[in-house]
Amino acid sequence: MLKGRAFKFGDNISTDHIVPGRLAHLRSNLPELARHVLEDADPEFACKVKTGDFVVGGSNFGLGSSREHAPLVIKMAGVSAVLAKSVARIFFRNAINRGLPVLICDTDNINDGDELEVDMAAGTIKNLTGGRTITFKPIPDFMLSILNEGGIMPYIKKHGDFKL
Amino acid sequence: MTQVGFTLAEKILSAKSGSVRKAGDIAIAAVDLAFVQDTTGPLAIRAFREAGFCRLANHKKTVLFLDHAAPSPNWQLSNDHIFMREFARETGCVLSDVGEGVCHQVVAEKLAKPGDVIVGADSHTVTAGGLGAFATGMGSSDIAVAFALGKTWFRVPESLMIELAGKFSKGVYAKDLILYLIGKIGADGATYKALEFGGPGVAGMPVADRLTIANMAVEAGAKVGLFPSDEMTYQYLKVLGREADYEPLSADSDAGYPERIKIDLSTLQPMVSKPHTVDNTVTAGELGGVKIDQVVIGTCTNGRIQDMEIAASILKGRRRHPQTRLIISPASPGVLREAIKKGYIETLIEAGAVILPPGCGPCLGLHQGALGDDEVCLSTANRNFKGRMGNPKGHIYLASTATAAASALAGRITDPREVL
Repeated sequence: MLKGRAFKFGDNISTDHIVPGRLAHLRSNLPELARHVLEDADPEFACKVKTGDFVVGGSNFGLGSSREHAPLVIKMAGVSAVLAKSVARIFFRNAINRGLPVLICDTDNINDGDELEVDMAAGTIKNLTGGRTITFKPIPDFMLSILNEGGIMPYIKKHGDFKL
Repeated sequence: MTQVGFTLAEKILSAKSGSVRKAGDIAIAAVDLAFVQDTTGPLAIRAFREAGFCRLANHKKTVLFLDHAAPSPNWQLSNDHIFMREFARETGCVLSDVGEGVCHQVVAEKLAKPGDVIVGADSHTVTAGGLGAFATGMGSSDIAVAFALGKTWFRVPESLMIELAGKFSKGVYAKDLILYLIGKIGADGATYKALEFGGPGVAGMPVADRLTIANMAVEAGAKVGLFPSDEMTYQYLKVLGREADYEPLSADSDAGYPERIKIDLSTLQPMVSKPHTVDNTVTAGELGGVKIDQVVIGTCTNGRIQDMEIAASILKGRRRHPQTRLIISPASPGVLREAIKKGYIETLIEAGAVILPPGCGPCLGLHQGALGDDEVCLSTANRNFKGRMGNPKGHIYLASTATAAASALAGRITDPREVL
């Protein structure tokens, strides 16, 4: 069970909002880069977020660049899952590859600051503040098998290859 | 039930996985080319080593590009370059060093072949779809795995068929088509899908145009932007001395396309994307002359010789607006050399342009042309996200090379047909 507070963002949060190109010189210094996570969407986010919290987006979360640093610094900030109405393809794959769950669900009724409880096995998100429980779309089987190993590198280390 | 034919995406992924694969299936496909660039490469190399890999599946088809910080603006990125050069020396893979070109332009000129599966740790890897390659961007870890195993996994995408008819009218270009299409279907209009281009409008379309269109497929969320490989592909490869790499490739006539969009090229207008999303499009005429501080011509979208020619033809004997800086970056040494030979560079310098070495700098706000607070830039690049060009207080508009050049003269966003 994942439990934490929701940080609500709008539609089209791009990888430039999460880790902009002007910070490219910090990409080999991940702890420093992580201090800027989501800076261009909410400059206070990195200070406010606590371990277990959720990033909650609207539609097309994570659009743009292939930079895996985007889900990586979100995970490093302690975020336990990204919730969004829809998510860009590369971000989705990168997040799963780094062991960060991305849950596709209707985020309209989740407000900034709501306390959420996510049951990964049941596929449900309980809003402890709003009282409502919603379901998220099941993660595709193959991606779930990668997520369950903690990401693509642990998966490949264990299996040595892709296992269909 | 009758068997439905294969889309281009299904055809390539079936061939490269050695099995029949249709939309929705998972394919484990052989990778013909895998690459990283200097802002994604160090993470890929670390992932590769942390997984315990030491050998590349195919060192000749593994490329490290130093193009995003070229030349490097600071010691941190210089150290990343050292790290990547060392990896290239150790593994024997190909290094494309500073000044040797923007990865996607070099891939198109020298490496991509029709029918290839190409994966790169850069979202605009889709560019090579203009040559009929299944080319897509991935993160550093996926590329590290492709480096080591020589294969990757895909969910075979459903394909959205974009049927083109007619020809562009004067002043309208491939860039206007792709901006129009993204405006129509939205920045997530093709998420998880392949965009495939077909119809009579494709037959006469040069590969340079196809590369511009495929390059921006990802701005509609697409996994890949695919063109057939045909006579125009052959001509492109022949000019580069690569006719042996040619292979014809087309979708089956009865391929299953759940959705088709028809566009008559002759009806299109010069288009502009307004801040801060690519699908925020209007015609250049509708914008009413937004004042601009900077124009950028170049990038993997519009940094080819055709772009240098268009810019030079519009700017010849004229001068940029005194309040509008003009930055031009040919995307590869090949483009730069040809532009010098043909006199375009001289024309552009006389018009007041700053010529940058081949690289990506301004487009992603890494260096060379970062915007000041509230400054407005018109760029031929592919993204106008908030913060993209080095400053979240900057405003980025996207357009064709012709619109960019015409606007540099006027100091305001201008329909290029006013000066052509």
